[in-house]
Amino acid sequence: MIVRTVTIVNRKGLHTRPAASLVKTAARFQSELIIRKDNLEINGKSIIGVMTLAAEQGSTLTLQFEGPDEEEACQAMEDLFRRGFDEE
Amino acid sequence: MDTAAAQETILKGVAAAPGISLGPAYLYSKLIPRVEEKSITAEEVESEIERLRNANARSEKELQKIHAFAEQKLGSQNARIFEAQIMILADAILMGAVEKRIAAELKNAEYIVADEITKYKQIMLAAHDEYMHERAHDVDDVMNRIIRNIQDQKLFSRLEGASIIVSETLAPSDTVIFSRNQVLGYATDLGGVTSHAAILARSLKIPAVVGLRSSTKTIKTGDTIAIDGYAGLIVLNPTEETIQTLERKKERFKEFEGRLVNIAGLSAETIDHKQIELSANIEFDTEIEFARSQGSAGIGLFRTESQLIGRPSYPTEEEQFSAYRRVAEGVYPNSVIFRTFDVGGDKISPDTEHEANPFLGWRGIRVLLDRPGLFLDQLRGILRASTRKNVRIMFPMVSTVQEIRRAREMVARAKAELDERGLPYDRDIKIGIMIEVPAAAVLAGEMAGEADFLSIGTNDLIQYLLAVDRDNAAVAPLYQQFNPAVLRTIRHIIDAGHKKGVWVGMCGEMAGDPLATVLLVGLGIDELSVIPSVLPEIKKIILSIKYKEAKRVADRVLAMSTEQEIRDHLSSIIKNKVPEIPFNE
Repeated sequence: MIVRTVTIVNRKGLHTRPAASLVKTAARFQSELIIRKDNLEINGKSIIGVMTLAAEQGSTLTLQFEGPDEEEACQAMEDLFRRGFDEE
Repeated sequence: MDTAAAQETILKGVAAAPGISLGPAYLYSKLIPRVEEKSITAEEVESEIERLRNANARSEKELQKIHAFAEQKLGSQNARIFEAQIMILADAILMGAVEKRIAAELKNAEYIVADEITKYKQIMLAAHDEYMHERAHDVDDVMNRIIRNIQDQKLFSRLEGASIIVSETLAPSDTVIFSRNQVLGYATDLGGVTSHAAILARSLKIPAVVGLRSSTKTIKTGDTIAIDGYAGLIVLNPTEETIQTLERKKERFKEFEGRLVNIAGLSAETIDHKQIELSANIEFDTEIEFARSQGSAGIGLFRTESQLIGRPSYPTEEEQFSAYRRVAEGVYPNSVIFRTFDVGGDKISPDTEHEANPFLGWRGIRVLLDRPGLFLDQLRGILRASTRKNVRIMFPMVSTVQEIRRAREMVARAKAELDERGLPYDRDIKIGIMIEVPAAAVLAGEMAGEADFLSIGTNDLIQYLLAVDRDNAAVAPLYQQFNPAVLRTIRHIIDAGHKKGVWVGMCGEMAGDPLATVLLVGLGIDELSVIPSVLPEIKKIILSIKYKEAKRVADRVLAMSTEQEIRDHLSSIIKNKVPEIPFNE
């Protein structure tokens, strides 16, 4: 199991398009992804779950990966966050 | 003809998308499918899951069609709402959980779908955030679509000929699907100008009026109605005279809009190069885009009361910080003036104190100074959003110099607390006040000595100065925007401010009245903050006049002693200088 804290860096936060990229990236791996923010815990492979996260620029999320390819999954996801979901 | 039924009735709402049209009403009662909890047998599980999967497939087909149509008509940015809805249908985690529950609980598919999706919707609604609430509506829309398809009901979207859609509320998908027919307008009882449906109506160039409260009770399918998306009015059974007036107005606006194409990018400047800062009044960050496209040079009034809507208590510093930062970021590189909570009077308040005379009671800065915890939370929230140096603070309902001093002390305290926490903010943040109480107007010079800017709030100033409640029909005609007493007071405020070297703006309704523009420019106003929809007209007037001439107009008007004379003179000036300006009659 890998746990990482990531920060939303793109200006508009986790709006619809980044939410979709996040879910699509998570779906490429076998590992489970649990996302925690405040008191919420949602499945990172579920778009409706990710849509419940009111995550603006500067806010932080905790990601928990578990599965055979957790390292790769974690790497890909951290990259995606660092690139600000390729927005702007 | 039944004359009693043909009685003209005017319904007032909020202008959401410009345009005027006339036609038969079509009352659209949105089918909110009823969901009943039913038990199924273990043998039925498989077919129940089959029903769900078929319904999802059909829903996807419908949404793909809407999406393609929206993309072609509105561009991919606006069509994205439907992409998210399509993804929800394909959400394996969500649908997996639904299927598992159908099998485990032996319940019908629509009941479990509704229950499961509602859980997510509740989380979104709990966020107290306009954007998340819109998301919740989208989720609701897709849920109703799935349920309708499970129940095997057909989607209604065909109209018999051109109609004006009248409905309690409209989802973006309704707005789009109806627009495939000949829709002449949208009228809804609920909703604000910022709802997705209103934004789509504007993109589709179909007039819309929202917030009509009870139009679905007053109007029946087939009734003749006129929709005025400029003034925010619906006229039921309009008379021949009304129809002609609206036709003329429509023509004038059409002509006028044709000439406005390139003006949004220009700065508001008179022919002889006097610059006026022309900015917008808004309540929600979702309005920033519209204000910008209308050509605003920033936000001259952000009403922070929007943060209180639908909640039982005041928002925390953290919640306010993230909301205000979103606004400041959205407006950058222009600036935004945040007016601190103006609660009391007719404005909503989470407190429920009852007052015999609320307009003369506990409101605006008075409340904030009495509730330091609340005030400091808001000030810290605004300060933290100011790191880009494009944020200003404004206090409402100031009536004494002492109040400004005390409020400034609170700002200093909020700053010190942020320093202690090591949080950044704009150290030179500008602090201004609203001039809306006659006492503050009389003492405008003293007020200006304590503030960085003044902004005239005409709505309250006029009603306090003339002792007229404009919502009281018996005295409403006495509410005179161009009453000489009002105009001389405004001149005094502007002159007193300038003597102290501070800029003076105006953010009340008068700032957005085309009839007042020449006069206000002539009086030397530095800034006008108006609702986004009138911004191009006001800019057009400023671009068409000379400051030198406007000053002469102001001198002449200020010597007049009745409102009628003043109105007549100003309208003759405007008809002469900017004949293309279409007035709201």
